[in-house]
Amino acid sequence: MSSMDTSNLTIETLKQMFAVGRRFDGRSIEDFRDLKVSLDVSNKAEGSARVLLGKTEVIVGVKLQIGAPYPDSPNKGNLMVSGDMLPLASPRFENGPPGFVAIELPRLVDRAIRESKVIDLEKLNVVPGEKVWTVIVDIYPLNDDGNLIDAATIGALVALKNTNLPGLDKDNKIDYDIKSKDKLPLSKEVQNPVSVSFFKLGDSIIVDPTREEEEACEVRVTWGISKWNKQYMINSCQKSGKTPFTQAEIEKMMVLLPKKYDELNEKLKKFL
Amino acid sequence: MASFKRHDGRSLTDMRPMTAKVGVVPNADGSAMFAFGNTIAIAAVYGPRLLHPQHMQDPATGILRVNYDLLSFSVADRKKPGPSRRSQEISKMTEWALAPVLDLEAFPNTVIDVQVYIIQADAGTRTAGINAASLALAHAGIPMKNLVCSVAIGKQDTNIIVDLDKEEEDFEDGEGATDFPLAKIANTDQFTLIQLDGKIPPQRVKEVLDIANKSCEEIYEVQKKALKELVE
Repeated sequence: MSSMDTSNLTIETLKQMFAVGRRFDGRSIEDFRDLKVSLDVSNKAEGSARVLLGKTEVIVGVKLQIGAPYPDSPNKGNLMVSGDMLPLASPRFENGPPGFVAIELPRLVDRAIRESKVIDLEKLNVVPGEKVWTVIVDIYPLNDDGNLIDAATIGALVALKNTNLPGLDKDNKIDYDIKSKDKLPLSKEVQNPVSVSFFKLGDSIIVDPTREEEEACEVRVTWGISKWNKQYMINSCQKSGKTPFTQAEIEKMMVLLPKKYDELNEKLKKFL
Repeated sequence: MASFKRHDGRSLTDMRPMTAKVGVVPNADGSAMFAFGNTIAIAAVYGPRLLHPQHMQDPATGILRVNYDLLSFSVADRKKPGPSRRSQEISKMTEWALAPVLDLEAFPNTVIDVQVYIIQADAGTRTAGINAASLALAHAGIPMKNLVCSVAIGKQDTNIIVDLDKEEEDFEDGEGATDFPLAKIANTDQFTLIQLDGKIPPQRVKEVLDIANKSCEEIYEVQKKALKELVE
């Protein structure tokens, strides 16, 4: 299990199978794995979720703090997303300074959530110009079996949707003994930002790879997508890897993307 | 929308005036400056040279290593010197934008270092950086299949516009501002950089790519001219 390298033979076999639309686990190359979501992973977090995408498992917790606003947005709350690639989750993760994956993953989740404007940051104002809520989303993979980014974005979304603001005392300091029923303010115009990553091997484009498939692929592109006033909106995108995408491939993804968005939303419905 | 006007009078598809100059850092094996209006990037190439420490060497291929950063005074609020998560991400994106045109396997055990610095930032720094780096690699005489051209297409509310400056990037009404930096191998359909922040319906992406193709043709001409000036 903990062997690190995908053999050339496996890569070659995968390439041939993808070319005819097949995979080792019987899915089509455009299928996601089973999605399971559970809530309240940790009762000390203001909101939390556990996401299982096939064997990929990620937990996400939301904490809230009172802090100073940024000078360029004095009346808006702040959003921070961080992630830690725990060595617990994969033989590929190591302790020490963050590698590129550990830098990229939280930044991509951050942009998918932030750019969709699903969190109404203007309502996170406590004392205008002085005190605002800072929403901190922490992502921890527990088992990396591929496509961590899409799983992490779902986790962040579900955790945020189930976040309660902590109570404040008369000096606007957090008091965890005061129970509050205030939900994190979310925008009514924006529907469920998620991310959909496409991976390329040879001439094939696949979604939701297992770790083995992901290692075999040459390049990934992750699209953050939501609905804004009932219209599909791409909010973020990043290509990661050396191999280029052709214009035709990008155009094909644009047809597939809304379908994958609807599919993920259908799967998410019963958990939200 | 005929009434839509850009604040600096450009048409929707106009880029800012471009300047390109090759050979700006005499010490480097290759170097170049590229500017989109007020955004100025310089790039220097060192290598191919033996990669150290030795255990990082790859006998199968050379390695491209890009370092992108903003100079501390290039932005309104001073940027703390040293790498940030943003700059590390852009360094990697630039590396991947350029690598496909290089035959790195011809230089086993080596590294090609590309240093990209932004002297003055007015949005579009990564795209200016990629254009400068592409020129610097050519100037260094490293065998390349082609040049890489890069431009940020954007959107202000529902209007698709080319090469946003900072004021346009900070636009907030309607659908707000979208920044969609792209890079491609010149005169091909191969996109080597795709990033995006903002709000754009999937069905409008084709329009963006078509506009990027046109803009990249113009950038290619500017790059070619800069390289030719060197020989004249």
